[in-house]
Amino acid sequence: MENLLLIIVLAPLAGAIIAGFFGGTIGRAGAHWVTSLSVALSCLLSFHVLLGLISGDRQPFDGTVYNWMVAGGIQFQVGFLVDRLTAMMMVVVTFVSLMVHIYTIGYMADEEHNWPKDSLAGVNAYQRFFSYIALFTFAMLMLVMSNNFLQLFFAWEAVGLVSYLLIGFWMNRPTAVFANLKAFLVNRVGDFGFLLGIGVVLLFYGSLNYSEVFATAAANPDLTMSIFGGAEWQVATVAGILLFIGAMGKSAQVPLHVWLPDSMEGPTPISALIHAATMVTAGIFMVARMSPIYELSAVALSFILVIGAITALFMGLVGLVQNDIKRVVAYSTLSQLGYMVVALGVSAYAAGVYHLMTHAFFKALLFLGAGSVIIAMHHKQDMREMGGLKKYMPVTYWTMLIGTLALIGFPAFSGYFSKDGIILAVAESQRAGATFAYLCVLAGVFVTALYSFRLLFLVFHGEGRMDRHTREHLHESPLVVTIPLILLAIPSVLIGLVTVMPMVLGDWFGDAIFVSQANDVLAAVAAKYDSAWGLVAHGFVSLPLYLAAAGFLTAWYLYVIRPDLPDQLRQRFALAYTILEKKYWFDELHLNVFAGIGRALGRFFWKVTDVGLIDGLLVNGTARTIGRVAAGLRRVQTGFLFHYAFVMIIGLLVMLTWFVFGAR
Amino acid sequence: MTNEAFETPNLLLALPEIWLLAMACVVLVVDLFSNDRDHGPAFWLTQVTLLGGIIITVSTQWGVDATTFSGTYVADSLGALLKIGILVLAFLGFAYSRDYMRDRGILKGEYYMLGLFAVLGMMVTVSAGNLLSLYLGVELMSLSLYALVAIDRDSSRASEAAMKYFVLGALASGMLLYGMSMLYGVTGTLDLGEITAAAAELDDRRFLFLFGLVFMMVGVAFKFGAVPFHMWVPDVYHGAPTPVTLMIATASKVAAVGLFLRLIGEGLLPLLESWQHMVVLLAVLSLLIGNTVALVQTNIKRMLAYSTFNHVGFILMGFVAGTPEGYAASVFYALTYAFTVAATFGVVLLLARKGFEADHITDLKGLNDRSPLFAFVVLILMISLTGIPGTVGFYAKWMVLKSVVEAGFVWLAVLAVIGAVVGAFYYLRLVRYCYFDKAEGEGPQPTGSGGFQAVLAANGLLVLVAGIFPGTLVAVCLAAFL
Amino acid sequence: MIELSDYLVLGAILFALGMAGIFLNRKNAIVLLMSIELILLAVNFNFIGFSTFMGDLAGQVFVFFILTVAAAESAIGLAIMVTLFRNRGTINVGDLDSMKG
Repeated sequence: MENLLLIIVLAPLAGAIIAGFFGGTIGRAGAHWVTSLSVALSCLLSFHVLLGLISGDRQPFDGTVYNWMVAGGIQFQVGFLVDRLTAMMMVVVTFVSLMVHIYTIGYMADEEHNWPKDSLAGVNAYQRFFSYIALFTFAMLMLVMSNNFLQLFFAWEAVGLVSYLLIGFWMNRPTAVFANLKAFLVNRVGDFGFLLGIGVVLLFYGSLNYSEVFATAAANPDLTMSIFGGAEWQVATVAGILLFIGAMGKSAQVPLHVWLPDSMEGPTPISALIHAATMVTAGIFMVARMSPIYELSAVALSFILVIGAITALFMGLVGLVQNDIKRVVAYSTLSQLGYMVVALGVSAYAAGVYHLMTHAFFKALLFLGAGSVIIAMHHKQDMREMGGLKKYMPVTYWTMLIGTLALIGFPAFSGYFSKDGIILAVAESQRAGATFAYLCVLAGVFVTALYSFRLLFLVFHGEGRMDRHTREHLHESPLVVTIPLILLAIPSVLIGLVTVMPMVLGDWFGDAIFVSQANDVLAAVAAKYDSAWGLVAHGFVSLPLYLAAAGFLTAWYLYVIRPDLPDQLRQRFALAYTILEKKYWFDELHLNVFAGIGRALGRFFWKVTDVGLIDGLLVNGTARTIGRVAAGLRRVQTGFLFHYAFVMIIGLLVMLTWFVFGAR
Repeated sequence: MTNEAFETPNLLLALPEIWLLAMACVVLVVDLFSNDRDHGPAFWLTQVTLLGGIIITVSTQWGVDATTFSGTYVADSLGALLKIGILVLAFLGFAYSRDYMRDRGILKGEYYMLGLFAVLGMMVTVSAGNLLSLYLGVELMSLSLYALVAIDRDSSRASEAAMKYFVLGALASGMLLYGMSMLYGVTGTLDLGEITAAAAELDDRRFLFLFGLVFMMVGVAFKFGAVPFHMWVPDVYHGAPTPVTLMIATASKVAAVGLFLRLIGEGLLPLLESWQHMVVLLAVLSLLIGNTVALVQTNIKRMLAYSTFNHVGFILMGFVAGTPEGYAASVFYALTYAFTVAATFGVVLLLARKGFEADHITDLKGLNDRSPLFAFVVLILMISLTGIPGTVGFYAKWMVLKSVVEAGFVWLAVLAVIGAVVGAFYYLRLVRYCYFDKAEGEGPQPTGSGGFQAVLAANGLLVLVAGIFPGTLVAVCLAAFL
Repeated sequence: MIELSDYLVLGAILFALGMAGIFLNRKNAIVLLMSIELILLAVNFNFIGFSTFMGDLAGQVFVFFILTVAAAESAIGLAIMVTLFRNRGTINVGDLDSMKG
């Protein structure tokens, strides 16, 4: 088992190293073959592990692979914890990654056009891109397979690093560099909380190993700590909220969500892989993995619930007014991440993780579909210049339609089961904030349908609004692009029907996810339904479907029947439109208030402390002094043998006097 | 002395040394009868000898704890670890030096022969269980190295360096011997084990003992190149042919660690408080002098010579605690440092060509444009020597600092950290030259055979790997003392 | 009666003379070889003194080894001096300062 897991993890790393360091030698074809094959190997073996765990041939693995170092009695180790939760994540990560690898071959085919002539950065950019996505796969696998907090943190940072590298992949574009910096800074805020959370865990639970921490936490549920003065806080609450702040950064929850829409500056394949299917779900996975800690704290869960509900509804609303095709999908991702977080907040971890899985498939599908459209449109992304693409790109259209139906939760599609599971769980929950969350997720269903079909209608239906040159060159994308679309469409439709009963309403995850008896809302839901078809039948008589239908009809009316109406509405409801258009001024808040204060402080410290005190007095002063001393000492080294001998003998005499005669 | 029956010593325990001695003679004879102008047979036989020595050492001495030759030879894990280090470093030295020596017309059979005898001397030193074998090992090493420094007979610089090395080295040996004679007088034995036992119950002769101890400490400090017994180091590093400098800077440092541990660290452990402060003094002076003067050097070899003092200071700091953890930290430091420096000299050798030494720091300018791989290697080496977290140099420094703090010398740890920060300046300057400066004119191109380049790249990347996975080597170093 | 301390004092004086010879002499390098020899002989005196007075033979065995090594050391020293003379035409210690700083 151990060797198998090592191969799964190390194969993409080997691919990344070969493509990265020897990209010039092996060429473009070599790079995409070596990385794709290495990820395909990981994917196959991940399936093997998952099937082994399901059939019971394998037992969950929890062990140390390498002893990194020991400091102060604390072991720093590299280890794997592979149970059903992890195995599911491994399959999702490697499968989507493999699809993206194949797709990228088509998407990046004309990569040379994206770089200025003679720019050094453009050399081997194609190979570098493949190296990055393989490296990302490695880091993400390390993240989900970790059995301790230290490795989790390193992998957490590593996926972040690759994400930054890829957002700024076209480094000659100022917008890409800005987005890159923004993602980096916003994530720093989250990571700071994450690191503090790990510190709290280490301090109070005395270990970094998951199983040991969970055992200690379960044994001392009422452990408290004091932060300011006398007020006592439950350790699980503090650790839970701090760790979740890290998740808010990675999984783009309000108010740390601002980087994700901007990250669409990166190439589309990585939007699908990193910013929709895998990395952004790391926060969801982390909270599910830490369920034994979160179950101890109703406060932390309520906090999570409210944040998730806000994200789910309000980010969806912003998606309504976006015109960039990728940004619509990005806001949709934010909204769906909000749904997952809401599920975590009501202790329906299985539902959250399940939505993570179905979302990974259909959102990757939607992103890759959007990418396919972008290829056809010669890298134009504005939906106002599209329209009527259905007849040119049938495969892209039908697969995207499937993705959209899955996203809005059409009964029997995968998204239906996962999203309906969340809504039913929220309805059952008694947690503080659950009513607010319930309203948010219900309204979210309408909004989701509205923006999804708006996208579909604007892009594929109606009159073509592109210029003549583009229209003449419109054609379906090549097979390397469409095959991943089709392969992703299959699970988008089917996976829910097959797996919902055991995974959400059954006990499929076993010990991997811990839910205390009192919080088990999914058990309450499960009591009402005995089969997947029962759930589907229920779907036709419940509110969400009608809300989705209303969303669809609204979109149809606004963008197909009366295309002139949206403009009028925009003028009528100028205030609401501006609020959404400005994304609630979150960017301005971050840029001017937080960053502004930071810059002002920074300027102060720079002028007064740094330039005056440290540079002037300490650094330059010290450097000057050391320079003088060095020049003086250098003169002692005269080159004369007898001087050298003399220094030795003086040294001997000094030591004799000091240690022999001085000692008496 | 009584008439004991002559006992045949257990030769098997000393197999690594016997193998090396036999093979050195074979190399001598084979080279005599070979007509190869490149001395290929001698080169390959030497490398086989060293690799074979590693295998033999691992299989016969790791995990063993025994003595032979009436207690003059000790076979144990510590000796095995240091020997493996020495053999690997010598292997690297010979692998990097072939083109350099050929270009200068000094590729001779004697080079390999003397090198092997120097290695043999180092091995005897680290396995010594008796003052006599210790002395013989040290002298065999030193005499071979004196001759190696002067192997370029037509270089005026090399002969000057050899002269200085020889006279000062002989003076240091004299002091070491004088100290040994005092130790012999006080304890009445030459056996290190018996000396340890006698040292535990020393009373009225303490004065005489301390007197001898200072002399021995000076002799050992000279082999390390610790300040103030360091004056030979810059000139010898500078004047000697670069491959010989490599040998002196790497393998002989590891041997010096063995010398210290056998003679003082383990032999005189009961008298820890007597020598602890001497080591502290040497470490402090080394840290101060090394870091300051290295700042103003423009010759890479001289810069490395001065920066060596900084690292010697760290190695000595590990001894201060007198605990197995501290010793393990020092051994770890010495091995990883030597391995890193070997690659650094390898890069200098890589850029050197006939009539051009490539030992000025500006010769590295724009290396990234000429060879990204070796620019990257330089980057790894320099950040590791600086001790930036995540590199093997960091773990080495960290382990040493931990042991010093536990021994109660917090101020020493603070001083060492400040020294390391200063060190960052002159190490990272080389990185800046590699990456951010343009070469003046063409700049020296990497030369050398594919094998040389492959070994050097592997050496550099292993430094990186050791920084990511230090656990194994740390465990091995700790195991050598337990 | 000659005491042990007398041997030791003589050894110390010889040793000090040898050290002084190394750093006081600024002319002929041959004198350096002689000084080194003197230092080693001082050590031999110590060993033999201790050995005799303790009745332990090991010290005298050590002396034989030191004598042998000293011979080898002189040989190498002379060889280095020959190359030095070939390259520079002088073995004046005061001229050996091409590397410094």
